[in-house]
Amino acid sequence: MNISLDIWTWISAILTLFIFSFLYGDNPFYKFAEHIFVGVSVGYTIAITWHNFLYPDLIVPVFKQGNLINLIPAFLGVLYFSVFFKNLSWMIRIPIGFLLGYGSGVAIPAIFQANIIRQIQGSLLTPKILERKDLLIGSIISLFGIISTIIYFFFSREQKGVSKILAKCGIVFLMIGFGASFGFTVMARVSLLLGRLQFLLRDWLGLIK
Amino acid sequence: MQRSLPLGLCFIMGILMILQFFSPHPISQQFFDTIIKWIRIISAFALVLGVRSISLRHIETVKRRKSGYIYSIFTLLALVVTAVLGLVFGIGPKAPIRTIFNNILVPLGATMFSILAFYMASAAYRAFRARTIEATLLLIAAFIVMLGMVPIGNWISPHFPSIAEWLLSVPNMAAKRGILFGVALGVIATSLKIILGIERGWLGGRR
Repeated sequence: MNISLDIWTWISAILTLFIFSFLYGDNPFYKFAEHIFVGVSVGYTIAITWHNFLYPDLIVPVFKQGNLINLIPAFLGVLYFSVFFKNLSWMIRIPIGFLLGYGSGVAIPAIFQANIIRQIQGSLLTPKILERKDLLIGSIISLFGIISTIIYFFFSREQKGVSKILAKCGIVFLMIGFGASFGFTVMARVSLLLGRLQFLLRDWLGLIK
Repeated sequence: MQRSLPLGLCFIMGILMILQFFSPHPISQQFFDTIIKWIRIISAFALVLGVRSISLRHIETVKRRKSGYIYSIFTLLALVVTAVLGLVFGIGPKAPIRTIFNNILVPLGATMFSILAFYMASAAYRAFRARTIEATLLLIAAFIVMLGMVPIGNWISPHFPSIAEWLLSVPNMAAKRGILFGVALGVIATSLKIILGIERGWLGGRR
């Protein structure tokens, strides 16, 4: 046994145990760690925002390079504080409108390209795939699964006959997909858990190598 | 003015962003880079509102000595200490905030997510009872994927890892793509409604 003498390892270990104590039930130790987590997260975000965004994008260009155009977003940002004045509170809509317009405008072509065009490209049976027998069966099943899943979510017409059969196949694909995703997520969480246990037993207590 | 100005700004920004996507011209790219910087600056100001909100809530709890006010003191202390250390000493690799990040934020975050493994296991016990064919399929798929990812799965049968990989890359991918098409069309429709001013929920009240 080779217990760590590093104060930060002890702090990490104790906070880790405090969080694990929630498995027994809500308790003061967990609440303490939870509140520390919130406080540190917000403090960290403030520091990162200042050093990565405000200082290089606003302070340096405006005060050191004389690039006054960056005062426009600063003015838009200041409009957020109009919410504190009853008569001017409507002005908060201006930066929100700017951000929403930006977000929506960027999302339309980007989502169309990444989530529709690229996904259709990836699902098609191209001549390359038709040549490779090892990929062909999987690709045909995948294409059938995509079509049947989409048909399952098609509610504009009553599902009967062929569409009902396809919709049922869609449910099968969805259930297998949900199960596989669930299994994958559980294993990711278990991996995190193992990482924390490894930290406690190896880095803190020195019980394992 | 109170509604038309923000709506107009939203429309102009939306159209400009769509147009710039299709233009590879350097001016278009420069415009996009500038707008990204602007967005970061505007968002930074929004953070002030968030910090004010969380600080006021905890200060109020401490002032009124509400139950659990002692935890609010710790939250405020952690917030102030981390922020001051970060602002004064920077965020470089050897800055004190890195030590806080590596020894408090990362372990706490990882442990929070890791305890979900226990709750997922108990939820799975309730949800995965094989009452129907669909539930049985879900159970079998999850079981195979979990076994395929650990050494014991390979020990039981060397086929488990490859079956798990196939499940993830074929039926799982097919189901996800089917859902993704719907989600993408939904995002595009909602974005268009916002740009064109059909969706106005974000304007808040009627004034």
